[in-house]
Amino acid sequence: MQTLTQRLANPTRFMALSGQLLPWISVLAGVLIAVGLYMGFTAPLDYQQGHAAKIMYVHVPAAWLAMLGYAVVAGSSFGLLVFRHPLADVSAKSAALVGAVFTFLCLVTGSLWGRPMWGAFWTWDPRLTSVLILFFLYLGLIALRSSIDDEGLAANLTAVLGIVGIVILPVIRFSVNWNSIHQAPSVSRLGAPTIHPSLLWPLLAMAAGMLALFVALHIKAMRNEILRRRVKALRLAEVQAATSLAEAAE
Amino acid sequence: MDLGPHAAYIWASYAVVAIVLAGLVAWLIADGRHQQRLLDELDARGVKRRPGPPRHQG
Repeated sequence: MQTLTQRLANPTRFMALSGQLLPWISVLAGVLIAVGLYMGFTAPLDYQQGHAAKIMYVHVPAAWLAMLGYAVVAGSSFGLLVFRHPLADVSAKSAALVGAVFTFLCLVTGSLWGRPMWGAFWTWDPRLTSVLILFFLYLGLIALRSSIDDEGLAANLTAVLGIVGIVILPVIRFSVNWNSIHQAPSVSRLGAPTIHPSLLWPLLAMAAGMLALFVALHIKAMRNEILRRRVKALRLAEVQAATSLAEAAE
Repeated sequence: MDLGPHAAYIWASYAVVAIVLAGLVAWLIADGRHQQRLLDELDARGVKRRPGPPRHQG
């Protein structure tokens, strides 16, 4: 009996299954985000932040997905180095791109919230700085891969960096305890959330919608990468066939 | 919709998210179509991947 990951280890099978799932996940993302936006813009005002709390409905999910993206990169890298899973590198490469985008959005929306609330777009606060390091880690992964022509070597080296870099996730998680002005966790904490349900539900709806969008983007990027590798393999086969013909003719 | 004195920051946040995510979606769709077109061209030229070494029977 094969596990799901073993069944999906075949790129052709992954393409067939993901091709069926992708439209449904995309529609789900669109519906959840539309519901989340409606709930967010009709939610009561936060007693301290006023309307500016609406920025949280995009900032917080982006922050969660920035970290989730890196967890996917590290998990996929582990899958490549330990199990040599055929799709692990495809997943790691795709998640790095999508994760970098969500980290960028987290930083920008955080800045736009910080200016009216803290009086500054940026401060070298432990939480902000550690998320900036996460963004640079993503850029480092993308740059390292694109700087090496040998695809197998690039995959292995990127995977090592991807696994080592996971140390940033607990640093981000606990950075709010290190003399930070950033708000402590109010949803993902032990015990009940400290955020009022009228503000929590729109946030959860947006988070669910953006999570579905993240999954859809990751699957789409993986499908593109599989096609790119097929094109590369066929071009190589074409060149090899032409070379063999030329040698036979001599 | 009146979003108070910080409306510009709120609209800017949503605009950045919408533009960046729409850009990523558009790029992924375009890239997918481009790769599929390249694959179709190679297929039309009859290019096939070389068969691997024969499997051990028995």
